[in-house]
Amino acid sequence: MGEKRNKTHLHCTVNGKERDNFVPDNMLLVDYLREDLDLTGTKIGCDGGECGCCTVLIGGAPQHACLRLAATCQELDIETIESLSDASRLSALQRGFHEKLGAQCGFCTPGMIMAAEGLLRQNPNPSEEQIRQGLASNICRCTGYIKIIESVQFAIGELKLAGNAT
Amino acid sequence: MNQIKPTKSIGIRKPLVDGPEKVSGKALYSADFIPADCLVGRIFRSPISHGEIIEVDVSKAEALPGVKAVITGDVTDETFGVLPIARFEYPLARDKVRYKGEPVACVAAIDAETAQKAIELIKFNYKELPAYFTSKDAMAKGSVNIHDHREGNIERDVDFDLGETDGGLKAADLIMEETYNCAEVAQVQSEPHAAIAEYDAIRDFMTVRASTQVPYYGHKMLAKTLKMQESKVRMIKPFVGGGFGCRTECLNVELICALAARAAQGTVRIVTSREETFITHRGRPETDVEIKIGVKKNGLITAVDFKAIQRGGAYSGYGVVTILYAGGLMFGVYNLPAVRYRGLRVLTNTPPPGAMRGHGTTDVRYAFESLLDKIANELGIDAIEIRRRNLLKAPKYETLNEMFINSYGLPECLDWVEEKSGWKERKGKLGPNRGLGVACAHYPSGASKPVNWTGEPHATVHLKLDWDGSITLLTGAPEIGQGSTTMATQCAAEILGLDMSRFQSLTSDSKLTPKDNGSYSSRVTYMVGNASIDAATNLKNILIEAAARKLEVKPEDIECLGEIYRAGTQDDGLNFNEVVQAALEGTGTITVKGNYDTLPESWGTKKYRGGAISGSMAYAYAAQVVEVSIDPDTAEITVEKVWAAQDVGKALNPLAVEGQIEGSVWMGMGQAISEGTQYVNGLGITNSMLDYRVPTIIESPPIEVGIIESIDPHGPFGAKEAGETSLVAFIPALTNAIADAIGVRPIDLPVTPDRLLQLMEDYQKTEKAAE
Repeated sequence: MGEKRNKTHLHCTVNGKERDNFVPDNMLLVDYLREDLDLTGTKIGCDGGECGCCTVLIGGAPQHACLRLAATCQELDIETIESLSDASRLSALQRGFHEKLGAQCGFCTPGMIMAAEGLLRQNPNPSEEQIRQGLASNICRCTGYIKIIESVQFAIGELKLAGNAT
Repeated sequence: MNQIKPTKSIGIRKPLVDGPEKVSGKALYSADFIPADCLVGRIFRSPISHGEIIEVDVSKAEALPGVKAVITGDVTDETFGVLPIARFEYPLARDKVRYKGEPVACVAAIDAETAQKAIELIKFNYKELPAYFTSKDAMAKGSVNIHDHREGNIERDVDFDLGETDGGLKAADLIMEETYNCAEVAQVQSEPHAAIAEYDAIRDFMTVRASTQVPYYGHKMLAKTLKMQESKVRMIKPFVGGGFGCRTECLNVELICALAARAAQGTVRIVTSREETFITHRGRPETDVEIKIGVKKNGLITAVDFKAIQRGGAYSGYGVVTILYAGGLMFGVYNLPAVRYRGLRVLTNTPPPGAMRGHGTTDVRYAFESLLDKIANELGIDAIEIRRRNLLKAPKYETLNEMFINSYGLPECLDWVEEKSGWKERKGKLGPNRGLGVACAHYPSGASKPVNWTGEPHATVHLKLDWDGSITLLTGAPEIGQGSTTMATQCAAEILGLDMSRFQSLTSDSKLTPKDNGSYSSRVTYMVGNASIDAATNLKNILIEAAARKLEVKPEDIECLGEIYRAGTQDDGLNFNEVVQAALEGTGTITVKGNYDTLPESWGTKKYRGGAISGSMAYAYAAQVVEVSIDPDTAEITVEKVWAAQDVGKALNPLAVEGQIEGSVWMGMGQAISEGTQYVNGLGITNSMLDYRVPTIIESPPIEVGIIESIDPHGPFGAKEAGETSLVAFIPALTNAIADAIGVRPIDLPVTPDRLLQLMEDYQKTEKAAE
């Protein structure tokens, strides 16, 4: 058996649900989400901090889950791609990425959408330039980004309509 | 009767049928299968670039608690490789290692820490051999052979001379020549390679899930290297995070994973790091192109004489095909009365390249289009005009290498980019350090002769119709993000006149879906699309006959309106579920099959050895204009705008076609201005996404896409290739724009700012000297 790793009791909230787990001190947040919680929507595309595929929201702000130890997330609120849609409806951003073809292979998509989600919560009406800045840490190899920008703009429009309706 | 009409699906912007899974995080990729009891596989890789293996001592690793298996090259003496004529690679090295990072052993352990510890306990004894990292060094006199059967490290030496090349050059008013070096590039697809292999020891049965574009080839190689019957292997391709050619052949990852699973008698999961994904490589080889073009004063080309040398890495892979494509695909864009080609595929001690997007043609087309641009300048002919003068007189046109060209929308592509870019009004008037450039390209719609010649059709699609009125489309065509499942569904839905929501799909599982050769060389839309049309036509005929029986009329009197089948405009007819019920009476669930095969006329030329390579049923065409601005102090290149026209035959799904063209342009931009692998003594020093610089969203240029529809007579609803051609056209269009902007013509790729600054300084010096 490999050496026993020191473990820490982690208490945090993931996708609105309170979690209590013992996690090895050297476990990355992304591995905790994927392997302990089975939230495999968050992807790993590189060896650390390069691609943005593992972007999640921590306290509402986009962060790379591969650059963060799970044990440092005590009492924090973590959101992953799985939290965005309810059982019957995709979120506006998810609809945007589907309808406007912001997702081709889909591997960078969860991270891209979470980065966009973080951006829109902070700034519900970003300019194209601000969208580019907000997604600059996320690499997509399929789309050339044009349809990603259009996807985010679609969501902005949908959210505005929904805001006017209520 | 109200207005019931068949539902249209073709030519309509359709989101991908598997989109909801991708945007919600539900889509499962190979690395997302993490069964509780699975073992972690880790690969021990060669620390040297070339050497004889003396011993791989795994005794200490095996003795480590938690280690379930350690395998080395002893595990199999069967080779693998995509081309039946060039299978010289072992899943784990035997006798010799030939590049730094080549897999030597694999550990399967209960967790990652244990696996890593075991890797560190492996002792690798070797005798180092001289290693060659450039084509030149590998070919030098006295070099040691990397493979015993390849004298002088030449993997393949190909040539042809068609037409009167010497005569053509003699008749030319102007001959220009240049030598271009194009760096090796990698796909850097989003998903690193991963495989999970489940070995059932009781049944002696192997199930493998892997990130692949070619599950069928993988299946074959699994059976070969495992020495198992092909029927004892099940190959499944889950969602795949992009390909671009890096998974167009079976990789060592899935083979090692299966071999380790059998050794451990369990389930093994290997998820490679990004660095390992770079080492596995299969990107575009470093290519040197020497090219000479002869023209008359009016710009008409009289002859082309060119040579390509590809640094082929340590193993063949697709290499022979790549070097043949580099030659054969010179034809088919312009009318070339004479062409001479020599191609050398060289073996080196670097990771093996493969069939990257724009396979074979990209670097040669770059060289050709750059030199043609220079010639146009020299002759004082407009860059679009010189291309127009050399267009094929098509269709139907046969090139010297007997290409089968039945649709040719290149003239319309040129018209479109000329108009949209304001070429006539703006060219030469953009002010200092800003310029416009143009280039053209083409790409086949699948190789007409498959790699494995079996006598089976090129593509087969099944449609299963059941009592509930749902239709399941079963195809082996690997969906890798390009939208192939959506395309196949659209084709079937259009024929049946049904809404796509009536369809479900099941793809790439050898137990359930018909075999498919795979997603490569842009074959899927053309071949699988046609097979899907065939299957739907067969199903429709069955439904028409059933409706005729039920309505007691002749089948030819039945009108199919998709959801309604009727015998005349006054007839209420039968709704779809009633027709289905009638069709299933006495026979039960219906599965129909559709096939597609290429025509022998498209199988390429017999005029030279390897002439079948570049034979295709149809070629897509692209013309592009790029507008660029250059910072005169830093030589930073900004792509201001791209006008990309592509003749795709027919845009089955304009949304997906745009996505393919935009993605192609952007990927071409990476190769043009920033991407390139680098090695120091065989050690890759660009094996991360920070050191290997792909453009980000910040540099992503505005792209206006022009879809040109030439309606290919044999394509599915007239469609052709959509996902590669525009990459090829972008690179020379950009460098031609740079030349237009600053008067300095880039030669080698990538055109990084420091390279360009050097060229600009040299140019200023010569200008000064001339004064």
